[in-house]
Amino acid sequence: MIVNSLSWVIGGAQGSGVDSAANIFSRACAVGGLHVFGKREYYSNIKGEHSYFTVRVAEKRIRSPVDEINILVSFDAETVFRHFDEVTPGGAIFYDSDAAETKLSEVPTVDDYAAARIQGTLEKAGLELTVQGALEHAKKRGVTLYPLPYFKLLEDFAQKMNDPSLSKLARMTNVMALAASMALLEFDIEILARGIKHIFHAKQRVAELNVKAAYHIYEYAKSKFARDGFNYRLTTRAPEPGIIAVQGSQSSALGKMVAGCRFQTYYPITPASDDSEFLESNEVLELYDSGKKGSTVVVQTEDEIAAITMAIGGALAGARSATATSGPGFSLMAEAMGWAGINEVPVVVSLYQRAGPSTGLPTRHEQGDLQFAIHAGHGEFPRIVLASGDIEESFYDTVKAFNLAEKYQLPVIHMLDKAIANSITTCPAFDPARVKIERGAIATKITDAERGAAGNYLRFKLSDNPISPRIPLGTEGAIFWNTGDEHTEEGHITEDPEVRSRMVEKRMGKLEIALKEIPDEDKAMMYGEKDAEIAIIGWGSTKGVVLDVMEKLAEEGIRTKFVQVRLLNPFPADLVKSMIGNAKVVVDIEMNYTSQLGALVKQHTGIEPGHLVVKYNGRPMSLEEVYNAVKRITSGKAPRRQVLKNGT
Amino acid sequence: MALKLADYKTDVHNDWCPGCGDFGILNAIQMALADMQVPPHKATIFSGVGCSGKTPHFIRTYGIHTLHGRVMPFAQGAKLSNPGLEVIAVGGDGDGLGIGAGHFVSAGRRNVDMTYIIFNNAVYGLTKGQASPTLKLGMKTKSLPQPNVNNSVNPIALALVAGFTFIARGYSYDVRHLKDLIRKAVEHKGLAFVDVLQPCPTYNDINTKEWFSGSNNIDPVTKKVMPRIYKLEETGYDGIVRDPAEINEKMGKVIEKANEWGDKIPIGVFYQNEHIPTFQERISARIPNYVESPPAKQEIADLSGKTITNIEKLLDDYRLDRENF
Repeated sequence: MIVNSLSWVIGGAQGSGVDSAANIFSRACAVGGLHVFGKREYYSNIKGEHSYFTVRVAEKRIRSPVDEINILVSFDAETVFRHFDEVTPGGAIFYDSDAAETKLSEVPTVDDYAAARIQGTLEKAGLELTVQGALEHAKKRGVTLYPLPYFKLLEDFAQKMNDPSLSKLARMTNVMALAASMALLEFDIEILARGIKHIFHAKQRVAELNVKAAYHIYEYAKSKFARDGFNYRLTTRAPEPGIIAVQGSQSSALGKMVAGCRFQTYYPITPASDDSEFLESNEVLELYDSGKKGSTVVVQTEDEIAAITMAIGGALAGARSATATSGPGFSLMAEAMGWAGINEVPVVVSLYQRAGPSTGLPTRHEQGDLQFAIHAGHGEFPRIVLASGDIEESFYDTVKAFNLAEKYQLPVIHMLDKAIANSITTCPAFDPARVKIERGAIATKITDAERGAAGNYLRFKLSDNPISPRIPLGTEGAIFWNTGDEHTEEGHITEDPEVRSRMVEKRMGKLEIALKEIPDEDKAMMYGEKDAEIAIIGWGSTKGVVLDVMEKLAEEGIRTKFVQVRLLNPFPADLVKSMIGNAKVVVDIEMNYTSQLGALVKQHTGIEPGHLVVKYNGRPMSLEEVYNAVKRITSGKAPRRQVLKNGT
Repeated sequence: MALKLADYKTDVHNDWCPGCGDFGILNAIQMALADMQVPPHKATIFSGVGCSGKTPHFIRTYGIHTLHGRVMPFAQGAKLSNPGLEVIAVGGDGDGLGIGAGHFVSAGRRNVDMTYIIFNNAVYGLTKGQASPTLKLGMKTKSLPQPNVNNSVNPIALALVAGFTFIARGYSYDVRHLKDLIRKAVEHKGLAFVDVLQPCPTYNDINTKEWFSGSNNIDPVTKKVMPRIYKLEETGYDGIVRDPAEINEKMGKVIEKANEWGDKIPIGVFYQNEHIPTFQERISARIPNYVESPPAKQEIADLSGKTITNIEKLLDDYRLDRENF
């Protein structure tokens, strides 16, 4: 019997409530005092294509996806076809018994490549190319099957509720499937009901109906299925105080509210839109100790060029301004990044990476934009690039991004990704008291010394300090100019070679100051054992999987350390070098083809990672494959470069 | 003390070509600002890229010379963050109707309370005379290797269908008239567009000052010059929408007038409609204190740098011991 440790997957056609069911499951487990880590996989499609949500549950904090499925919950044929082979021996599959005879060829959304793989597996085992065949395959490996006649269950429920129209409510099969699995897990139905009400709190009738349906199926499953053959149980307890269950698409937006971001522009793009939509949904803000309300103005623009330039306009007026986008949108923003750079405008870009190039895999994960973020735009100008490793970090980093933008008066790119945005986790509650807002040098009163010969404010004054106080448009007595051309101290166009050189030095000099002033913990973090011989380097959302792998290795006595680079530009070379220290083996782990961080580390520290572990199939790295990759390295059997390929 | 025209001038050397139509537009903007007594620090002139892009450097207000084609989003961003600013955007016809055409149309949909002036000379000047989006089909200005193969966009009609709520056309050699138009545009509640016909003496050898004034257009019978430019207001034309019921009728007339070109070219106010809510009003409907407390004017931290934004209620949604029902 395995208690409070499992990987639960629900799948179904996009638009059939997979997300809601997974969110209910996650919320219920978290309310039941368990830790969860969930990730969502879906096609670039509105309705019909296969989507699934994996939720890991444990008693301690977990941070990574896994490949293996202990419990597969389905209500369509495709989910069985796609995942039957991933369910572990001793695991279980809940499926629609009416769909058992469905042939593989009858599911048009299973593409040819996937169909060929499924066909290969089933034919090798001499099984029919049907759901039943797939189920037989799983059964042979020790998976228990739980047939659910959803059509009949709905009819029974409609009869019980005395409302024949309910039998047509196929939308409820998601919650019914979920409830059936919860019955076998012996999960507290009261807590499950609370989870349903929480997720559907905006739609009371839907919530009530789903709760009743959940009870109905819960009882059915309890009475129908023997539980002694079922290996997993979830036992609830009081949740740890101060723990939250939160989605990655909202954490940075919450950070923006706290940071005082009051102007956000965006053009719709997956997976970044949620950030803006969350801000807009909560545009009126509560303020402490004030009768007044705050607000965030969110503008959906005509394109990403307008998004970044409008945000820059907002910043010029004095507002903390940001835009949120993904790779294709950020490509369009490159020119304006340079404008913000040359005019020393603080603006924040939340860059939610997805798999590129071009449209790439619009709903899938990759860390392919690191070098692009560092270099986007022609010419040379200062920018700060920082990357968050998980949902919790992304909240605090967002505030830091605005502070850095304003202190050093430059564009800041805050790198996030699809894996963070489309995951859910339990973590300590975000604590706004832990953050400090630093707005940098702002001129409030202009003295004569700050004026040039023509009596105008010298916005770009050349002095020993490259940071010249900025000033919002509209301030009395402080008129200045901006231009995308090289400029004088007042901000007028110049092509003078001496002024040009000094202005380039002024701008670029800010990065040296930033590198000195940014605290070490915001530059890079070291986890694990300082003197370990194996050093793993990484950035962004691979943090979770690396930490979980390290824990597993530590249990076997394999000592490792992890250097998570958080500040990617300017690059904290000395710190990273000292953190890698005397490690004999340096392993670079990242979600791209070219080992972009590894290249940066080599460029800045001279240390060339001896091992590369990369992945670019659009699915985040799993615990198993990273563990195996590192084990291959420690056993001396690994090639220099290992390409990970797991994922559905 | 009253502000004088000189208060809006800088000592920056102006490197436009001698005889450039830009000078008249620059003067008209400065005169309009002086007329309205706009405190220089209250105004920001945004510009795109090209000859017209240099305009802000010659005006002593805040001046933001942006990117090619992007003047409108920059300007709207500033205005939305601080609606107290008087924002005027300027740019060329290539800038606003070529590379920036998408922004032009989208700006019309928003109706942000600001003014956009296009310096329209039908050529790209600073890159040496290529055809702009307003050059007529088949025209061959002197730098073109071949006659223009593209049809021209009609800025007045485009502004109308995009949703601009004030639409006027001026002529850069009629500075006083243009000044009045700019003043009306700035005072208009909503997004105002002023299309300014502006000879490019260096590259547009067709739509020249002489061509517009008619000095090369002599009536064969009367031997009198026949000016191409005429003023709408002198013909009794009235483009002001006084009642929402007359919007369709007025819009139809704008299209009719916008299509006049050649021997008769109207200038003046084509259209004005203050019945459409401005973007600021639309935001205020959702954020009641938006105008008093816009993005740029909000306090965000106390003196010690502590945030003043209270997200506790939102965090409650994630806390496990609290529920939203």
